[in-house]
Amino acid sequence: MSNLLDIENLSVRFPTRSGTFEAVRGISLSLGKERLGIVGESGSGKSMTGRAILGLIRKPGEVTADRLEMQGESLLTASPKRMRAIRGKHISMIMQDPKYSLNPVMTVGDQIIEALRTHEKVNKAQARARALEMLDAVAIREPERVMKLYPHEVSGGMGQRIMIAMMLIPNPEILIADEPTSALDVSVQLQVLEIMDRLVRERGMGLIFISHDLNLVAGFCDRVAVMYAGRIVEVCEAGKLHEAKHPYTLGLLNSVPDLERPRPRLEALTRDPAWREAPSVSAML
Amino acid sequence: MSQTEIQIEGLEVFFGDGHERTRVVHGIDLSVAQGESYGLVGESGSGKSTVLRALVGLVPDWHGAMRVGGESLQRLGRSKEFYRRVQMVFQDPYASLHPRQTVDRVLSETLALHGIRDGVDARIDRLLEQVGLGGGFRFRYPHQLSGGQRQRVAIARALALDPKVMLFDEPTSALDVSVQAEILNLLSDLRSEFGLTYLMVSHDLGVIGHMCDRVAVMQTGEIVETLEVDAMRKLQAEHPYTRHLLDSALRSSGHAGMAEVQRTAG
Amino acid sequence: MTSNSNTSTKPGLKAWLLSDTPQSRGQARAAAWYQGWLKLTSNKLTSLGLIVLTLLVLAALFAPMLATDNPFAQDLGARLQPPGWEGHIFGTDSLGRDIYSRLLYGARISIYIVLLVALVAPLLGLIIGTTAGYFGGWVDTVLMRVTDIFLAFPRLILALAFVAALGAGIENAVLAISLTAWPPYARIARAETLTIRNSDFIHAIRLQGAGPLRIITKHIWPLCISSLVIRVTLDMAGIILTAAGLGFLGLGAQPPSPEWGAMISEGRKYILDYWWVATIPGLAIFAISLAFNLIGDGLRDVLDPKEAGK
Repeated sequence: MSNLLDIENLSVRFPTRSGTFEAVRGISLSLGKERLGIVGESGSGKSMTGRAILGLIRKPGEVTADRLEMQGESLLTASPKRMRAIRGKHISMIMQDPKYSLNPVMTVGDQIIEALRTHEKVNKAQARARALEMLDAVAIREPERVMKLYPHEVSGGMGQRIMIAMMLIPNPEILIADEPTSALDVSVQLQVLEIMDRLVRERGMGLIFISHDLNLVAGFCDRVAVMYAGRIVEVCEAGKLHEAKHPYTLGLLNSVPDLERPRPRLEALTRDPAWREAPSVSAML
Repeated sequence: MSQTEIQIEGLEVFFGDGHERTRVVHGIDLSVAQGESYGLVGESGSGKSTVLRALVGLVPDWHGAMRVGGESLQRLGRSKEFYRRVQMVFQDPYASLHPRQTVDRVLSETLALHGIRDGVDARIDRLLEQVGLGGGFRFRYPHQLSGGQRQRVAIARALALDPKVMLFDEPTSALDVSVQAEILNLLSDLRSEFGLTYLMVSHDLGVIGHMCDRVAVMQTGEIVETLEVDAMRKLQAEHPYTRHLLDSALRSSGHAGMAEVQRTAG
Repeated sequence: MTSNSNTSTKPGLKAWLLSDTPQSRGQARAAAWYQGWLKLTSNKLTSLGLIVLTLLVLAALFAPMLATDNPFAQDLGARLQPPGWEGHIFGTDSLGRDIYSRLLYGARISIYIVLLVALVAPLLGLIIGTTAGYFGGWVDTVLMRVTDIFLAFPRLILALAFVAALGAGIENAVLAISLTAWPPYARIARAETLTIRNSDFIHAIRLQGAGPLRIITKHIWPLCISSLVIRVTLDMAGIILTAAGLGFLGLGAQPPSPEWGAMISEGRKYILDYWWVATIPGLAIFAISLAFNLIGDGLRDVLDPKEAGK
């Protein structure tokens, strides 16, 4: 089976006054037609990994890899023009807060139509029909009415569903979702995740789900890679999370207060400096 | 049950003025006993933080009656005694510390405001010790601290005046889970050490379940249900909204709790 | 994760200043200043501005030693001589006075104007702006409408009116410029206060029982001052030019004072035949204005509160 993404020895560096900061330190992973979760705490390099794939690391940041390929095509050597075509058409990204990802002075409908027309030659009427269809697919009740709204007129949950519609309408093969629901309430969170999950499965896409919430990721992914200090410390099947061995993964699982199983004290994570230096675990298929 | 520390009766809170004056809290009643840890749960826009803000005098436009430790509260403005008794910790530790002030300055100002001049140095050192920060942090600026360390400083600031009541507005929602665990443990320790009364606002049922004895569930400015935390853990909720929240929380933490919730409800 | 590549010559002092765990109030403050200084001087253009400004201050301080002639001594036999003539580096003016010496003494007047305006106008703006922003309501309305009235007049015209009313002279020019310069600072300070007022750290200090006076002066001012300082340095060029403009119109410094604007004014009659008389003080004003602008840009990078969290 050919993979959608192949990444070997990916590093992301930023120069600072006191030396170089390595946000991602040589990770390897591949993505098939599956849902891969990348989990870690702030500063673990999980978001930088997603951005590096899309070529969104700005100067003076530096991305290096032995291999960074989308279906055999190198993303490291692709021209800026080609990268722009790839973003959206082949790989889409959903960010944390829809408020900052939607253009505040354009109606929702215009934005979705534009997203489609940048990547496909369709006439306005067709684009409109497809946009309505897409809004319907993300469970928006009155798509006709919502098309005419401006981003500030929609709620957070609806905004994120609109983002999903916008990102999925050019039919990309890969979706990168970076904390797509952290800004949302729990009940809305689940609804958005279910919609995203259903569409990704129906369309046979690859999903990279970046989150700090291990339990959430485990419920929505096939495989989970746990990142710590720019490296992958453990990879496991989502269903077998309870068999995880790495003390960091266990620490993350145990530090969450559990509604049904109360404990007098939560387990605080003691960070072993050795975790930082241990070689990165490969998440290749 | 022991004495009542916080008593709220028929609290209504309004935002905006003129035509745009809207009611965001619709007459809630709440009472927290001395030494109790009370949770206020709800989603964004439910008005849960507004209740805390009205209590400490940050929201001017409210009706109803509020009493803390027997003292009846005015519409705006609180006495110095009130602030010695009640302190608050805010949600975002990146926003609740003055960016240009060292930890030392933050803590010494609080003491100075209440006329504490003797042994300030020793007192600051002890405060930092109590929240698990060493003396090495005393002269740092907020940008030299991590999120968890900042929240510890905010807790130290709240503790500086030996309060009886601590109010928490989503104290850990901006932090990583491992740091959240450390802060929640610290809060548990402080409560048992000083016999504090807690009123905590959160959207996270797990956190509330861990920290609190009793819970009020808020939806669009009203308390829809009040229940003991044990009942909540056993998923014995009456109101459909509470059940919905419980169900969402369980499902997003990977439990197949849906059927269970419905069974207990039925 | 980070590799340190600091090559310090004085490890003791530098390490003390760059320490992440300062041991005293003084060290924390010194370290903050030092890091700001490092950031400021890492910008080459800003360093250039600082050098020019330092030269100006030195020139003003040591004017009696550096001057080759008495700036007021007339020599009608040697009037309008070109630069380089008989020891007059920048030539002489219409009364035969040495332009170089007059420039040096003129630097004193420029610094005097700049310092006074830079103290009075932003302070006035700060007080009015933060008071309006913090209290809101009718206080805000009244103060801001007054500000708007001042803003509605062109600055030079208003300054002219003030000077005309107060009488010509350097002190009155300073006063007039300050009175016309404060409204933009009040606007900036108010805008900053509006955002700061509702931040959690201000709520927090209110919950410690602090009163409005303390909150405004100790907690809001320090955060407004940085944007005001930036704006003042960027405006400094305009202030010098307004002063020069008043001088040029004969309403600022009075002859025979070697104020730069007045010097240009005197030279304008001869601009076609004896260009240096007006050009050289003009170049001096240009250099100083540029220096202040460069410093202002650098300060913005260092002081911008939005950058402070990084």
